[in-house]
This record gives sequence, C-alpha cells and structure tokens, in this order.
Amino acid sequence: MKIALFGNPNTGKSSIFNLLTGLRQQVGNFPGVTIEKKSGVFNTTKNKHQLTDFPGTYSIYPHSKDEEIVYNALTNSDHEDFPEMAIVIVDASNLERNLLLFTQLYDFNIPLILVLNMWDVAERRGIKIDVANLQDHFPAAPIIKMNARIGLGKDRLIAAIDELDDKAKKDSFIASSFPCLIDDKEAQNEEVLLRYEKIREILQDVQHEKSSIKNTLSRKLDRVLIHRFWGYFIFVAILMVIFQFIFSFASIPMAWIDNSFVMLSSWVDHQLPPGLLNDLFSQGIIPGIAGVLMFIPQIALLFFFIALLEESGYLSRVVFIMDRLMRPFGLNGKSVVPLMSSVACAIPGILATRTIADWKERIITIIIAPLMSCSARIPVYTLLIALVIPKTYLFGFVSLQGLVLLALYFLGIISALLLAIVLKKFIRAKNKGFLIMEMPEYKKPRWRNIFITVIEKVKVFVWDAGKVILAISIILWVLATYGPAGSMEEKIVLAKKTEFYNHTNEVQKLTIISSAKLEGSYIGIMGKIIEPLITPLGYDWKIGVSLIGSFAAREVFVGSLYTIYAVHDESDEHQNLLTHLKMAKKANGAPVYSLATGVSLMVFYVFAMQCMATLAVVKKETKSWRWPLLQLVIMGVMAYIGALISYQLLA
Amino acid sequence: MSKSLSEIIVGEKVTVEKITHPYLTTKLIEMGMHAGLKLELLYKAPFGDPIAISMNGSILTLRLDEAKFIQVCSSPL
Repeated sequence: MKIALFGNPNTGKSSIFNLLTGLRQQVGNFPGVTIEKKSGVFNTTKNKHQLTDFPGTYSIYPHSKDEEIVYNALTNSDHEDFPEMAIVIVDASNLERNLLLFTQLYDFNIPLILVLNMWDVAERRGIKIDVANLQDHFPAAPIIKMNARIGLGKDRLIAAIDELDDKAKKDSFIASSFPCLIDDKEAQNEEVLLRYEKIREILQDVQHEKSSIKNTLSRKLDRVLIHRFWGYFIFVAILMVIFQFIFSFASIPMAWIDNSFVMLSSWVDHQLPPGLLNDLFSQGIIPGIAGVLMFIPQIALLFFFIALLEESGYLSRVVFIMDRLMRPFGLNGKSVVPLMSSVACAIPGILATRTIADWKERIITIIIAPLMSCSARIPVYTLLIALVIPKTYLFGFVSLQGLVLLALYFLGIISALLLAIVLKKFIRAKNKGFLIMEMPEYKKPRWRNIFITVIEKVKVFVWDAGKVILAISIILWVLATYGPAGSMEEKIVLAKKTEFYNHTNEVQKLTIISSAKLEGSYIGIMGKIIEPLITPLGYDWKIGVSLIGSFAAREVFVGSLYTIYAVHDESDEHQNLLTHLKMAKKANGAPVYSLATGVSLMVFYVFAMQCMATLAVVKKETKSWRWPLLQLVIMGVMAYIGALISYQLLA
Repeated sequence: MSKSLSEIIVGEKVTVEKITHPYLTTKLIEMGMHAGLKLELLYKAPFGDPIAISMNGSILTLRLDEAKFIQVCSSPL
C-alpha cells in the first residue's frame, strides 16, 4: 500500500520515517520539482508498504512552485504519488498550529492516522492533552501517541496501519467546498482562518496548560549562542574544529583508499593480458572509481558534523545570526550551510540549497558554491605549493607554505562573495521568498538519524558525481590512448632515438614510451592546440594536457603530470615528480615551473569550473542549461584573467 | 497604540492587529498567526535583524522586512 507521511517542519517526521524504514530508503525527486523525495519500504504484520516522505508544510496550499507537490499529489488520484493512506505527524507540544494541516488532510477522502509526536516535550512544557476527547472530534482517524526520537510507539503505529487497512473513511472537519483552487489565495485564507477557529474551540476542551513553563535551558543557551560577540566566536570555533577533522583526520582513510586502488590497479594489470582491455581497467576505470571514492571520508565527516549541528537545533541559530551578514551579498542565512559543505564538495553543497525559499538567493548560492575550494583541489594545491613555495618560516614559526594554502582558500571565499554582489545586481527575482521559520528547541541529537543522513549524502555524492567522473575518466583515457594515424608511433620513434633512452633501465624505458605516446595522442595534440592560448599564463602544452584532464576532476592534474613527465614512482610525497618538474626547462633554458607559473596555476585552480559533475548537478537543480553555462563562463573568465594577472605580475 | 512588529523592543509583549501584506498573510496565518494573538519579542540577532518572537509557545524568526507588515498594539498588562 502507498502510504504518505505529512507534517509541519520540525515535528520529527524524518525520525518516524527512519524508524519505519531504517536503511531501506532511497532519495529521488518528485516529478517536476527539485524537492527531495524520500521513499522506503517497510512491513507490518499483514502487508508490505511503500512509504513516501512529503516535504514539511504548514498547509496543503503552496507558497512556491516546489511546494505544489503536496497539493498536486493529494488532489489528483492519477498522480504517481497519490497516497492510499496518510500518516500525519503533529508536534504534541504545539497542537494548535499542527492541527491545521491535519484537518485539511482529514477532509480528503484518504484514510489517515494522527500521530501525536514529541509527547515528552509537551509533558515537559506542562501541556496536558485529553486524547480520548480529541479522538471524539476526529472519529475517522485513529490517534497514536509517540516519542519517535527514542522509538516509542512504533508498535502502536504499525498496529494502527494494519487495523485501518480495510476501514472506509466517512467524516469531514469543515463542510464547505474543499480544497480551494491552487491560486485562490483569498478563499484559502478564509478557509485557514475558519479551521483555526474550530481548532481553537476544540482545544479549549482538549488541551490544558498547567502554566506556561518556559524552556529555560534553551533560552539560556540562546543568550550565549546568538550573542553579538560570543555567538560568532563560537560559530567560528566550531568551524575550525570541523575543518581540522576534515583536513587532518580524513587523510588517513583517504590514503588507505588510494593505496588499495593503486594495488587493485596493478593487480589487474598483472592478471589481464597486456592490451587495451587491461589498460582500460588499470588506467581508465579503476583510477576513475578511486577518484570518486577517495573523497568519501571528507564528505562523510563534514556531513556528520552538519547533521549533528542540525539535529541539535544549533544550525537554525547560525541561520539567525548570519542572515543579516549574508544579505548584502544577495545571500541568505541559509546559504551558510551549502557554502560550508562546498568546502568538501560542491555537489552536496548545491543540493543543500534546497532549503532556501527565495529563488534569487538560492541561485546566487548555487553559482558561487564551486568557488569554495573543494577537497579535489587540495592535491593540486599541495603539489604546486611544494613545487614553487620555499619551505621557510615567517617569524620562525608561521609556515610560508601553510600561509599560501590558507590564502588560496580565502581567495576562493572572497571572490565568491564579490561575485555574489555582482550577481545580485543582474539576476532578476522571480518571486520573493521569506526567511520566516521556526526556531526549534535544542535537542539531544539522535545518532541513528545522523548516521542515516551521512549514508544518504555519501550515496548522493557517489552516484551523482561518480557517474560523471567515471564517464569522463573513460573519455579522457580514450583521448590519451588513441591518436591520429601514425602520430603516436612517430613520437615513440623519436623518443627511442634519444641518448637518455638508450642508457636507462627497462622500467624507465617504458615510462618514456608512455610519455611519448601521450604526446602523440589526441589529448597531447589538444594540449598543443591550446598552447598559444595558455602561454600568456605561463603554461606549456604539457600543463595544457593536465588542465584538460582536470575536467574529469581536478585532482587528475597530479596523475596526468606523472604520465606526461614519464615519472614512474608515485611514492614519497611526490618527491620523484617534484624533482622532475623542477628540472623541466623551457626552450630558452628558464625553468617551466617558476614561481610565476606556479602561482598562476594555483589561481587558475581556485577559479576554474573544472568539474563536470557539479555542472550536471546545477543543471538538474535549476532545470536549465543557462545557469551551469553561465557558471562555466564566469568562472572560466575569472580563472583566465586571474592567472594572467598573477603570471604577468610575477614573471 | 498601533505600530509594526519591526518597531518593538526586546521583551515587549504585543497583540496582533492585522497583517498588511497579501502573500505574507497566507504564510503567517497558516503558521497560526491571527488578530488577537499575543506575541513577545524574544531576541534580536546581532545588528538588530532578523528578530525572534515567541508565538503560541514556539519561536518564530522573521526579517524586519517581513515584520514591518505585521501591525500590532501593546498588550494591556
């Protein structure tokens, strides 16, 4: 049976969803809108059910295009998400407001169950609810008391679903014609006011507040956490702890994943007979998959922290204190989390912009998100810094290399904000959104919910980014393996004639040949074609090849330098590669990787939109090629100009 | 005395008179706001905007740009 979950935001709807379905859930989209659709299966004693989690709303009437899904699914029985049964979750500590949506759903001809959730919070606040009396007012809907955060009441809910199965529903809350037309705001307002009047009347008998006990702990915490000084101080401190975890501790599992894939790839290389299939797997597909899985530790850690802050109720305080600061940039307090996420990876960051109700603020957040330096840029930054920045210390203890890395991050952040200001002037708002939101009370986080969120986000990253990165890795492999007739052979013959080739060992000979092959391949030729364009930036065709390779994922830059410079050994923190790169000379004898070229490359990587997976996600989220293309062009121009200026100034 | 919600100070208790913005009206009445409802301004964010009000036992945050469309009067003590 198709069952749907409805409820206001912050009623523990997702706790109940997780409680019923566990990990048997999947995330998709509702047809035609960008609202996340979570669905899953679960069993009751009698039946197997399909559960769909509808977005949290206060009413069935939409305020944005995306919210129309609730109205559309309910009013059209041919709709693919039309439910056969509804479970309405209400916050027992705030019955009046929560019952509005319930009474609307009650007036559809769908069997439904009313769950009074957060029973404990209501008790703590001194609210007494006469459930039997409430039940008398809604005879068609069985009422269940639950405390989903600790799993209390699950059995009662499952039993109620089984019992309700066969019952036909015949009752309604208000007699007038319902529902109103989707754009008849006046009639909707009237209906809502009428419902509230009746609800308040009912609640006079049903609900008794002993005294309004204020949640003193929550208020005390708020006094500190939204304080004009301590509020920001604590937020920055929390950010620093999070990024410390992401950068230092995630590197351990990342190295582990990296090493095991290098091993897998060489194992495949030895097992399969030499040839194209072998190369495709050991050089195309396996490194492609490794490039995706490598980032899981960082992404999982970041989302663990974000979910923890969200679950505890702190994140809405961050929105509250950051909103005013973000507004001059055309952003929203809710832009903070997507931008934070983008430091790990822009893809989950862009998906997280769905919470921003204002269309313009959301688009701006999406466009600037990839300017935050993501984890795929770290390998590029560290290699380039090791290459051109001396290992010196300022004042004896501030590492210059560390300082440059920090500067690159800030360059990303500052240019993101500046771009936002420009976009604010040019993008026309379709419809104005509101910040109006409820600030939940602080709660102890539920580990199970956090765990499920992390798994979900990682899954989204692996699928959304993974398929694009993998596809492009294969395309790049083809471009690097094949070349115009005779071109690669010619380069190999040339390479074999050199003095060095004839006096070196077998392993080195092989790497020289693969480097020569690459030079003659399509991608090598492409590198040479773009050379005139990138010479003003201080790059040669070899760097050009690596730049093209980076369009699969930025970190491919490092791997393609290995191939192109015929460096075999990938160990020792790139020592071998660094030595080779430092020796590389231009025609006039000057080193290729001068300070100017190195800095120019770093600046290029800060700005350039070199991630096809992100572009694909932006297309999906904005439903138009316009925004990803705009992003590609703007960031491309910024990268080119930024790199040009830095090279010309330093050279 | 009638004024807008954006003009009140922290700790002030007021009663809603009416909401003067058509789109905001729908949103706010769905969240349970109605004429005669008592509100209290709990906090202002640093820089004075947005604000958090207590309404029916829960906390609602709004920008001053939104609050200015809510007309209120001081509650009798």
